[in-house]
Amino acid sequence: MDLKQIHELIKIINKSNIGEISIEDKDGKVTIRQKEEPAIVQSAPVQQVYHTTPAQAPASVPPAPVVTSAPASQAAAPVNEKLVTVKSPMIGTFYRRSSPDKPALADVGQAIAPGKVLCIIEAMKLFNEIEAEISGTIVKVLVDDASPVEFDQPLFLVEPTA
Amino acid sequence: MFKKILIANRGEIALRVIRTCREMGIKTVAVYSTADRDSLHVKFADEAVCIGKPASVDSYLNIPHIMAAAEITNADAVHPGYGFLAENARFSQICADHGIKFIGPTPEMISKMGDKITAKETMIKAGVPVVPGGEGLLDSLEQANRMAKEVGYPVILKATAGGGGKGMRVVWKEDDMEKAYTTAKTEAAASFKNDGIYMEKFVEEPRHIEIQVAGDQYGNVCHLSERDCSIQRRHQKLVEESPSPFMTPELRKKMGEAAIKAASAINYESVGTIEFLVDKHRNFYFMEMNTRIQVEHCVTEEVVNYDLIKEQIKIASGEKISGRNYEPQLHAIECRINAEDPYNDFRPSPGKITVLHTPGGHGVRVDSHVYAGYVIPPYYDSMIGKLITVAQTREEAIDTMYRALSEYVIEGVKTTIPFHLQLMKNEQFRQGNFTTKFLESFKMV
Repeated sequence: MDLKQIHELIKIINKSNIGEISIEDKDGKVTIRQKEEPAIVQSAPVQQVYHTTPAQAPASVPPAPVVTSAPASQAAAPVNEKLVTVKSPMIGTFYRRSSPDKPALADVGQAIAPGKVLCIIEAMKLFNEIEAEISGTIVKVLVDDASPVEFDQPLFLVEPTA
Repeated sequence: MFKKILIANRGEIALRVIRTCREMGIKTVAVYSTADRDSLHVKFADEAVCIGKPASVDSYLNIPHIMAAAEITNADAVHPGYGFLAENARFSQICADHGIKFIGPTPEMISKMGDKITAKETMIKAGVPVVPGGEGLLDSLEQANRMAKEVGYPVILKATAGGGGKGMRVVWKEDDMEKAYTTAKTEAAASFKNDGIYMEKFVEEPRHIEIQVAGDQYGNVCHLSERDCSIQRRHQKLVEESPSPFMTPELRKKMGEAAIKAASAINYESVGTIEFLVDKHRNFYFMEMNTRIQVEHCVTEEVVNYDLIKEQIKIASGEKISGRNYEPQLHAIECRINAEDPYNDFRPSPGKITVLHTPGGHGVRVDSHVYAGYVIPPYYDSMIGKLITVAQTREEAIDTMYRALSEYVIEGVKTTIPFHLQLMKNEQFRQGNFTTKFLESFKMV
């Protein structure tokens, strides 16, 4: 990895809410950490959220990261096997509230039931309410407010009621 | 020039487009279904967005999902590849409505050539020779029988919304018409949701020779000569080559001029292909126009030495073409490598590739998206790669192809490599004596 690529990574981190990123290739490992602790709940190990090229790709390929592709199976590995992951049914921008002045639709600790609107996903100026399909309690919110999400991306961790 | 292109496709063509974008300094966005998470095009792109479940209708054919992916990544252009939405006029329109450049023709151009009957009428007006046949859709069995008597048997019934050989029936005599008429209509309805069929004279033992064309946004059109795609199984191309062993300089001139007339008649923008049937007397007839980049475009690239994807992107960004025509300077052949078992009626063979070794050396090109450890998903077509060889003469191109095929090791799935090996040693093929009927009598040893 050369200085220019590290520079680009620093720029990307500064613009985002990511706390720390670690990238390893055949030349070595680089860890970049934000000065302040960001106010987000991000349980996935950061390097799995980013889309990096495989180890066997030629070294000249820059490991350009993308926010949107989080492998559903790896991100947010639940500590508790009983936890259910609510995944995104569509592609768009994830919003925690229906408008900036309203409270978050679903917070950690909140009880939910089928039909409860958990979040809004906006695509092409259309706002879609994403409803819960199970009953339970929100354990974790996995995506930052106003960030892009893709199909099947984990959004919430829920502890289902028996 | 575009800053970021979203490739609305998968497999080898997605990789092909990403490669050229890389060279041009254009950022790329790959879209993928959950079944294609480990696909090479996803790994090679700068960004990737999962757009849905494996079934094409939920992912690669899902216009809202693809447009949403373009929106969140701020792509300024979309390359549709081939198949999927490449010739979908509605998708071309929706891209335009959203201010995203569709790298291909306009919705009007796609519609004019997508409906086979309209395309034929446009060609007749432009003075391009077409297959003799009846006009318009067939509205009854009685009309079909009357028309067949006028046109003269044998005739072929074809689906107006058709492609890929579906909804086609050859009728040799009057007694066979009723059955052919009903089954053609049923198949057309099932495959294309449109049971409209029309009739043409069946050109016996034709060669399928197509002309590559390119047009810019300013009305300039040119041709890049022919590809012979007569080696087909059930109307699916398996081997293509340029120049055609049946071509002569005079025929190329005439067909090239006809192709330019055809493309100019619709003010064609982007790259495209005019497909012709050529009979044994070297009479040629317009069959259809493909308003997209084709699978076999690599064959032309190798003999005229131009990157057709790059030209396509340049045209879309508003650049002018020179207007010059190009003739083959070398001889190139392409073999489509499919995950199919040629010893068992070409049955599809999806699964995990355990060992992979691709050929190399002078005059060998491999366009493939697979790698050792890759699992070929069962949801999409069976093509896993294209092997192209180029040489000074046709014979050398065939011998290089044979040599390259024997080095190509793919284990874990069955492939059509054994078929291509036998074809390269086949005397009729080597002599250039083949029509679209050739593979009907070809037997695997």
